Amino acid sequence: MIEARHLTKIFKDKKRGEIRAVDDVSFTCRPGQIYGLLGANGAGKTTTLRLLATLLQPTSGAATLAGHDIATAAEKVRANAGFLAASTALYGRLTAREMITYFGRLNSLSGAEIKTRLKLLADELDMHEFLDRRCDKFSTGMKQKTSIARTLIHDPAVMIFDEPTLGLDVMTARSIVRFVRECRNRGKTVIYSTHVMSEVEKLCDFIGIIHGGRLVAEGTLAQLQQRYGEQDMEEVFVKAVGGEAALTAALNT
Amino acid sequence: MKWNFILTIYLKELKDSLRDRRTLISMIVIPTLLIPVLIFGVTTVMSKVMKQAREEATTVIIINGSDSPTVVAALRADNRFRVVTHAGDYKQLISEKKVRVAVEIPPGFETSLKSSTPQTVMIYHYQGELKSGMGAGELDKFFRAVRDKSVEARLTERGLPSSLVKPFEIKWENVAPPEKVGGNAFGGFIPYFIIILCFTGAMYPAMDLTAGEKERGTMETLLCSPVSRINIVLGKFLMVLTASVTTILLSILSMGASAAIGIMSFGQQATAAKAAGETIPTIDPLGLLGVVAMVAPVAVLFAALLLAISLFAKSYKEAQSYVSPLIIVIIMPAMLATLPGIELNVKLALVPILNLSLVCKEMLSGVWHWNLIAVIFSSSCLYAAVALAFCVKMFNRESVMFRA
Repeated sequence: MIEARHLTKIFKDKKRGEIRAVDDVSFTCRPGQIYGLLGANGAGKTTTLRLLATLLQPTSGAATLAGHDIATAAEKVRANAGFLAASTALYGRLTAREMITYFGRLNSLSGAEIKTRLKLLADELDMHEFLDRRCDKFSTGMKQKTSIARTLIHDPAVMIFDEPTLGLDVMTARSIVRFVRECRNRGKTVIYSTHVMSEVEKLCDFIGIIHGGRLVAEGTLAQLQQRYGEQDMEEVFVKAVGGEAALTAALNT
Repeated sequence: MKWNFILTIYLKELKDSLRDRRTLISMIVIPTLLIPVLIFGVTTVMSKVMKQAREEATTVIIINGSDSPTVVAALRADNRFRVVTHAGDYKQLISEKKVRVAVEIPPGFETSLKSSTPQTVMIYHYQGELKSGMGAGELDKFFRAVRDKSVEARLTERGLPSSLVKPFEIKWENVAPPEKVGGNAFGGFIPYFIIILCFTGAMYPAMDLTAGEKERGTMETLLCSPVSRINIVLGKFLMVLTASVTTILLSILSMGASAAIGIMSFGQQATAAKAAGETIPTIDPLGLLGVVAMVAPVAVLFAALLLAISLFAKSYKEAQSYVSPLIIVIIMPAMLATLPGIELNVKLALVPILNLSLVCKEMLSGVWHWNLIAVIFSSSCLYAAVALAFCVKMFNRESVMFRA
């Protein structure tokens, strides 16, 4: 379960002054559900997810992950979350096995536990062939599989995905989408950020549209289609953010 | 602070760094290969150049002197000199290093020797130019000999013994023990090297473990783990410190091995020198141990400072541009200590790096100022602790960790 209440993050920039990257955002994401955070570049998706993963501290507002407060119990939050982003890379000089074992240890798992989990994940993700090869020699697909195994080694209750398909080829992106769905089916709480409309349509049970740091619309796909009188997700999105002009203006700032 | 996490992070960083070519080069190859190359290569080349310059006949222009044929003939006959025919402006020729020196023999020089009217022989040289300086020295010796001979001749003429010119002899003898001579000779040079190597040994892993990780995207992965940041900092810090200490130890070992090989290969010369009553400089091994102990807190200071500074950078390249100028900052006080006349006192004992260089110089000479050693060690520890605290603070600042 993720509960965000009036989350706000303000960055101070010397040239641009105060930037409200996340502005009074509240939402709830339940177990067995995928919450899609849809927004253009710079809308505040990554900052919101970084706040939830306790990589950043909120300026105001609060949030809990699996019952733990992000401000007061950051370590417990991280112990219960798996964070996968385009920006979370692998150690090139380690092998996949070393990489996953390392994160198992950092999650306080015993040697035996790591071994069992690693075997299970390698079976599921079909990783045995490259488990003992160094990550810098991997194809994109192998890298993604290793990253997934890294996020899942401690079997977290909450999964946070920040544009995980960014820059990936179709096949790898499809396997990621399949994996996210699998997480939901296992009863995990999943939050998924993207700017790809089709992914939202296919994957998300609940959609939050974020624009200029604010959550401008929220609901199931059907609810949003009904509210904006559009069937196409892209049209729904454009209307929700206040039209093309508003979108262009936001992208130019 | 949890030691099992710190150890896990440290061991992973160690494994990772040992697989990194750049770190291996700065940590192992440079200290083990560079030191012998510097010690043997540079000194061999230098002594060869010096020997060549000394053996080569000095080119000299004689100005005037047509009425002093004996002196000119003696100069020409002397194999230390090669007289060059005066072609063009001698000042320009010396300045352009085409001729080493020129000597101006005053008119009627030989006649004046007999009439005992004092005259001046002018030697023209290029100040600061090694070969010209040596040539001028040789010329000076030559004319002093001419002067002595003329005095002797005059004394003989008057029926007086030549010993009147030299009523007594002057002799020099070294009274400082060999380790003090060695300490004085190498005492400035050894800490200077150790300080630089201590810094460069820490430089590459510090940049790789912070800015390098940010650039490659692994920093965010690591920060997602439940481990608190102080454990991450300490794990990384221990790795950088390991690199720095390894570099120092390897460089000391390599210096020791170079010295041993040096003694073996120059053994005959050393025995000859000893027989001639010269002191062979040695180094106090206890002093070397003292150096290692005093360098330890400075290594901590460097490791923490380098980590904090490179953490601020977004990329390895950016980190390099912050860290490289620091080498000059480190070298300046280290160099200052090699200058003669700068002696250790309470005020200087508080200046980081300079205090280390100065105290090392003393310890290598076998002098132990315990009070100052305590001041230096504790001040170094204090600076190191401040730097480490600063490093931890930087790791907790999101504006540094996620600099846009």
